[in-house]
Order: sequence, then structure tokens, then C-alpha cells
Amino acid sequence: MITKTLLRAFDGKAIWVVAILLIIAVAVPASNLYLPVGHPLRVANHFVPLFGKYLTYAMLALALDLVWGYCGILSLGHGAFFALGGYAMGMYLMRQIGDRGVYANPILPDFMVFLNYQELPWFWHGFDMFWFAAIMVVLVPGLLAFVFGWFAFRSRVTGVYLSIITQAMTYALLLAFFRNDMGFGGNNGLTDFKDILGAPLQADTTRAALFAASAIALALAFIVCSAIVNSKLGKVLVAVRDAESRTRFLGYRVDNYKLFAFTASAVMAGIAGALYVPQVGIINPGEFAPANSIEIVIWTAVGGRGTLVGPIVGAVLVNAGKSWFTGVWPEFWLFALGGLFVAVTLFLPKGIVGALTQGWTALKARRTSARAEGGSDIAPEPSPAE
Amino acid sequence: MYPTRLFPKLLLALALLLAALPGALAQDVEALVNALPDGSYSDREKVIFDLAATGDDRVAGLLNALGEGDLYVHEEDGRVVVGKRSGRDYALTDALTGEELGTAPSSALEKIRVNNRLRRAVRSAIGQLTLMSPSPPVRLRAASSLLRNADPDSLELLDTALAAETDPQVKKMMETARAAIIIKTDAGLEEKAAAINLLAARGDREALAMLTGALPSAAPELQPVIERGIAGIERKLALRDALQNVWYGLSLGSVLLLAAIGLAITFGAMGVINMAHGEIVMLGAYTTFAVQQVIRTSFPGLFDYSLAIALPLAFLVTALVGIAIERGIIRWLYGRPLETLLATWGLSLILQQTVRTIFGPNNREVGNPSWMSGAFDLAGLSITWNRLWIVVFALAVFAVLLAVLNRTPLGLQMRAVTQNRRMASSMGIRTPWVDAMTFGLGSGIAGMAGVALSQIDNVSPNLGQSYIIDSFMVVVFGGVGNLWGTLVGALTLGVANKFLEPYAGAVLAKIFILVFIILFIQRRPRGLFALKGRAVDA
Repeated sequence: MITKTLLRAFDGKAIWVVAILLIIAVAVPASNLYLPVGHPLRVANHFVPLFGKYLTYAMLALALDLVWGYCGILSLGHGAFFALGGYAMGMYLMRQIGDRGVYANPILPDFMVFLNYQELPWFWHGFDMFWFAAIMVVLVPGLLAFVFGWFAFRSRVTGVYLSIITQAMTYALLLAFFRNDMGFGGNNGLTDFKDILGAPLQADTTRAALFAASAIALALAFIVCSAIVNSKLGKVLVAVRDAESRTRFLGYRVDNYKLFAFTASAVMAGIAGALYVPQVGIINPGEFAPANSIEIVIWTAVGGRGTLVGPIVGAVLVNAGKSWFTGVWPEFWLFALGGLFVAVTLFLPKGIVGALTQGWTALKARRTSARAEGGSDIAPEPSPAE
Repeated sequence: MYPTRLFPKLLLALALLLAALPGALAQDVEALVNALPDGSYSDREKVIFDLAATGDDRVAGLLNALGEGDLYVHEEDGRVVVGKRSGRDYALTDALTGEELGTAPSSALEKIRVNNRLRRAVRSAIGQLTLMSPSPPVRLRAASSLLRNADPDSLELLDTALAAETDPQVKKMMETARAAIIIKTDAGLEEKAAAINLLAARGDREALAMLTGALPSAAPELQPVIERGIAGIERKLALRDALQNVWYGLSLGSVLLLAAIGLAITFGAMGVINMAHGEIVMLGAYTTFAVQQVIRTSFPGLFDYSLAIALPLAFLVTALVGIAIERGIIRWLYGRPLETLLATWGLSLILQQTVRTIFGPNNREVGNPSWMSGAFDLAGLSITWNRLWIVVFALAVFAVLLAVLNRTPLGLQMRAVTQNRRMASSMGIRTPWVDAMTFGLGSGIAGMAGVALSQIDNVSPNLGQSYIIDSFMVVVFGGVGNLWGTLVGALTLGVANKFLEPYAGAVLAKIFILVFIILFIQRRPRGLFALKGRAVDA
């Protein structure tokens, strides 16, 4: 059955997306490592972690798309799951520093020495082992999403109310992580990482490997999402999105479906965060900021929600735009981002990918109908209700 | 230990104020001061009393320095100066005017010596100058400083002053000061018990400290009296703290109310969460800034009226912006509340950046008119005028809005649309027009909130962002479609926040509130005052 689900996941365009991602996973690191400096096709050193960052953002947007685009849950707190995954990874990286920190304490990270901690807080134990951190990357965001979703969906908190309380959740976490006595480095967060799994983080090979890992993780996430949305479960999710009450009246346990999508999405976001942190070299409470979570929504919206390729395209395009604008014309970036929000919601409700697909379908239909002479026009697409 | 340790500062200020005393009197005082170093101790005593008799306010500082042994004669010019040791040398100030005179080594100074008799004379002269000064505020200050250091030597003087006192406030302070002195002396038990009760009746932290200090050395018979007094004061202080928290909470709640009420209207009527709401508040604040700029440059006399001018202007500006937003963006997104949320968030970024481009990224200074500055005391609580006015203003806005909703045709139509949009439309209500007006009204109120918030907060492009999440919390907590919900929500959250703060700290208190709201929404997914109806959300 699993193979059948997987096979269904690979139907159509999905296989192409996965193939492209895998090619990128090999090609970018290879061109960076093996082509001579100055070669026109070589990806410059500083671009590798930058592109890697975009890929983790793409994975985050994909995760959001699973709940928003396919299940109608607009989470304004997905940044929290991303950041929690990032913190779990950051804690591992902190422990790896060992006695190479400024205060050279073999156990305590620098900020704890600075804040006069005598011993490691209980929740930092185990993070010196990669497998433990890896489990936490999945477990912490997943558990939070499960508990949060279990309460929220069971009480039928929907629509705007759900959006607001997810925002409250990430805001509360933001405030909590800003506190020094939380034991997560407060304002400064976790930084000054040295190495991951014994490989120095600054090395080109490590960065290339992290890039490849991000691309592969994105491809895997894509496969998983594709498997979910193409399964029967995925059909129910879409039904929940389009007519929640009706689905409930048909006998489906809507809460459980939503909970599954929400938790799976949070886990994916957590993994994206864990891949993000070693590539940017820092994690701080700013990642919890509600504005960040809303930005994730705009990546998804720009690319096209309700499609799996859309969020990937959107995240990469918007962030590339951001990198470019903030370098060239920083004051203009907020205008551009704000304008993008307004324009996309007004003119491109299905995003770039959605609009392209629609245009393509219309074009094909016109050709077909022209050939069939007087054949019926394409059926008007039902617009999903919120 | 002298009652006058605080006086130099005070008198320095007074001396500066009174720089233009009648020339003859000033010369008289100066002549007396210059006579101070000469003659025997008894001559000096006479000069001291003559000085006190002039009633010159600057004399107290001089006498104080004399009593402390800080008064010197400069050997070069014979000038009488106050010298304070600073390092090896002495920092000199003029004995009367307090004018800085640089430093001098000790060899260049000759101390004006005093003996015990002179010290007594100085003390009583100072008491005469201050405790019996014709001006009640001076007497009050003298009495309260006596209360603080409770010097038993001053008892006699205080008794004389008390007998002559007519001002009830000063008299009460003097009696309390006397009580504070009595418990230090070896007066009779009954007298002491009365003094303790008097101090306990005062009921502030100073009295508490005095009683706690007196407890270990008190006679065993008095101990229960003191303990009772302490318990009484602590009760009173706890009550006052609670009142203070309630006041702070109401103040915060009224700010939340102002910020959220416009949001509640638009959300209630249109189901639209306007993420740009905070930026509209910010526009209101910047309108105030612009109005004050114009007033400062062109009509400085009107500054006290700046808020009255800014208020309608801010309403107008932001209402127009609101209507423009509704007509330009939101009306295309009806039935898609989540996308409205995104579009308005984008708009908020644009508005922020626009303001940042025009006014710059830094805080802009918005002044308080005179009637909003300062504070007053009410039952031991210090209440600042601007906070009080904001509470009043928030309640007034609430009342006006309630009247608009319940007593005007627009209000009726708005309520109809809130309850059942399609039915209202079928009955001939022009829902698009109502939407535009509702949005304009909500935004206008946000603009007025901005005028109020400009008085207590920094006016910067980020002003709106700091309120938007709190406003959402108020709205979802209070429930939509009912203004009372917003009122109760805002005040509850404000008071709860301020009551949690002393125990948990500001940040943790806020986290608790957020978690509470998240949990609360589970119990009542439509808020405290949910609109009753049978509508099922699709």
C-alpha cells in the first residue's frame, strides 16, 4: 500500500520536480568544489549557504502550503516551528563548541558562563549527541503542534481566530526566548558555532554538503507532501478546506485530519529550521517574530498555494528578491514586499504557479475546442471558500 | 542628623529665585554675615539671632552650614564661604548665594568655630526660619524633614511651632513628626503608645520603617502596640498596592481599548482583520506631530490646544485613508478574510515605509500640553494627568461609539450588516456603502487613538506594530459584534497584566496573558461576548 501511495506521489510532474531538486543537490556543490575559481559556471562560495538558506525556506513554505493550501488552516505561527527546530539544532552545535568558546568551559556554552550558570540546565542534556538533537528537531515542533492543534481543532477554532491564536503562540514564544533566564541565550540566541558532526562549519565542503542535504530534504518533503495530497487523506483535507462543515456531516473526523496535517507540517518546518541554522550560523529569538511567520505566508501565496511547486518557487523568488533589494535599494524592500502582498492577493489569488497552470489549461482547452469546433469551453473552476 | 541636611539644595534654588531681593535688606543680611566671624561666641550668638530675624530664606542654608561646621572665612578677601572637602582641597560656594567659587587649600581658609551653645542657637534659629516661616509649604517641608530624621533635640522647638500652627495639613505633619521623636525619647508609656498610634495612622512606608526600627528597643508593654501598628500599616500598604495595580491596569486597559475598538468594529461588521490597523493608529500619532510642528513654528500660543486641533484632524485623515483602503483593496476580497489579512499586512508595510521615508526612522517628539503634564496625589496614589486623561478619553470614545451604533441610522445599518449581511442587503441596506463607512469609522477611531497614544508612547514608524497584536488579543478575547466585549476584554487584560507583573515580571506576565487567551479561545471560540446566531461558517 505504501508503495502504491509512493507511486501515486510520483505521477505527473512530481517526478520532474524531484529530479530537478536532486540535480541541483549534486550540481551546485560540484560546481562550487570542482570548477576552478573564475570559471563562468562556478557557484561562488558565498552563494552556496545563501542558496541553501533559500532551499530551507522553500521547505518551510511547502510545509505551510500543506496546511494552508490543502487544509485551509492559515497558520501565522509556522515560524515558531521552524525556529524550534533551529534551536534544537543550535543547541547541538553549541555543545559541539566544547572548550573552544571564549570562556573555554568544556560543558557550559559561553552565554551560560557569562550569566553565571553553575551547571547545564536539564533541557540541555543530551544535545551533545547528534541523534538526540535530530530526534528533538522532529519531536519538539511536532509535539507543540500536536498539543496546540489538538486543543484548537477539537474546540473548532477556525478561520481568522485560529490565525490569531497561532500568532499569539509565536509571539509568546518570542517573548519567552528573549528572556535570559530561559536558558537559550536570550536576545543573542545561539551562535559562534564551530563544527557539525566533526566537520568544520566554515569549510567549503561542509557548506556544500549542507546545501546538498537541504536540497535532498526538500525533495523528500516534496515526495511526502505529494504522497499526502494524492492519497485519499489528501482528498479529505481538500474537502475540509472547501467545506469543513459538510465534510464533518459526511462522517469524517475533521479534527483528526486537520491535526495530522498540522503536525506533519510542523515537523517539516522543524527540519527546515534545523537545516537553516548551520548554514546561517545563528539562531535567535527574532525568528519567532510574528512578522516572519506572515512572510512565510506570502512566499506561499506568491508561488501559488494549493500547488506543491508553488511554495518552492515563491520562497526562492521572494527571498532572492529580498537579497537583491536589500543590497541595492534597502528602503524600497518594504514597499516591494508590501506591494507584493497586495498585488498577489488582489490579482494572483492562485499565485504564479496557479496562474501559469490556469493559463496553460485555458490555452490547451482553446486549442482543443478550436479543433473540435464548437466544443464546450472549459468548465469554470470552483473557487474554494474559506 | 540635623533637620536641615536637605536644605542646601532647596535653598540654593530659593536663593536663585530670590536673587533680586530688595537691595537694602540684602545688604543688611550681607553685613550680618560678614560680622559672623568677628567677636566672641556670645557676639556670634547674637548675630545668629539677628540673621534669623531677617527672615531671609537664604539664611537657613548658611546657618545649616554653620551648624555643620562647614562655614569658613577666606583669608584673602575675608569672604564667608561654605567649604566642602573635595580631595585635598575644599570646594567653595558663597555662603548666601550658593555661587561656585572654585577650590582652595585648607591653609587659605579659617573655620568659623561653633560650640554647643552656638549649635543650639543655630538649630533654634533654623527652626524659627523654617518651622515658623510665614509660608506654609516651607513649614511643611521643615516638618516632614523633621519626621524623617526625628532628632530629639528639636522636640522643644517643634512643640513651640505646633502651638502656633494654624494650617491643618502642616499641623498634622508636625504632630506626626512629634510622634516620631517621642518614640525615640524616654517619654511615658501612654504618651509613647499615643505616638505609635499616630504613626500607624499615617500608614506609609516611612512610618512602617520607623515602627519596625523602634520595635526591638521598645518596652515590653509597648511591643504589642507597635506590632499592631505595623500590621495595620502593612494591611493599608497592601490595599494601596492593589489600588495602584488596578489603576495601572485600568490605564493599560484604556490604551488597549483605544487601540482595539476600531479593530473590533471593522472585524465585527465585515469579518475583516485589518492588519494595517496599527499603522492607522501611527498615522494618527504623526498627524498630532505635524499639527504640533505647525503650531510650534507659526502659532506658539496655541500649543495647549494642539490636541484639540489634532483630534478631529486625525479622525478625518485616518478615516479617509480607511475609506480608501476599503474601496481600493478590501472590497475586492470579500468572502476571503484570510487574504484580506495578508493584503492589509502588505499595506501596513507600505504605510510604515512611507512614514519612515517622509518623517525619518527616529522617534518624533510630541509634546504634552500643560494640562496633561505632571501628576497629583490621590489617597497616596500618584496619578499622572496624561494617564488620567487617556482613561477618560477612552471611555468617552467608547460612549460616543456606543451612541453612534445604537442611536443613529448608520449604527442601525452597521448592526444589521454585522448580524446578517445577506438579509440586511435584501432589506435594501447598501452594504458596500455601510462597509466603507464602517471602515472609515473604525479607522478614524484608530487615528484618534493615535493622538492619545502619542502622549504616552514614542511616535515612531513602529508605533503601530507594538499595538497590533495586543489589539487582536483584545478583540478575540472580547468577542466581536459587541462593543461591551471589547471594553471588558481590554480592561480585564490590562488589569490582569498589571496584577501579574509584580509576581512574574513584565515579560512573563505578557506570556501568561497570551497563553491564557489561547486557552480561553478553546473554551469560547467566539470570544467572551459572542454574537448569538445560527450561522454556520463554511
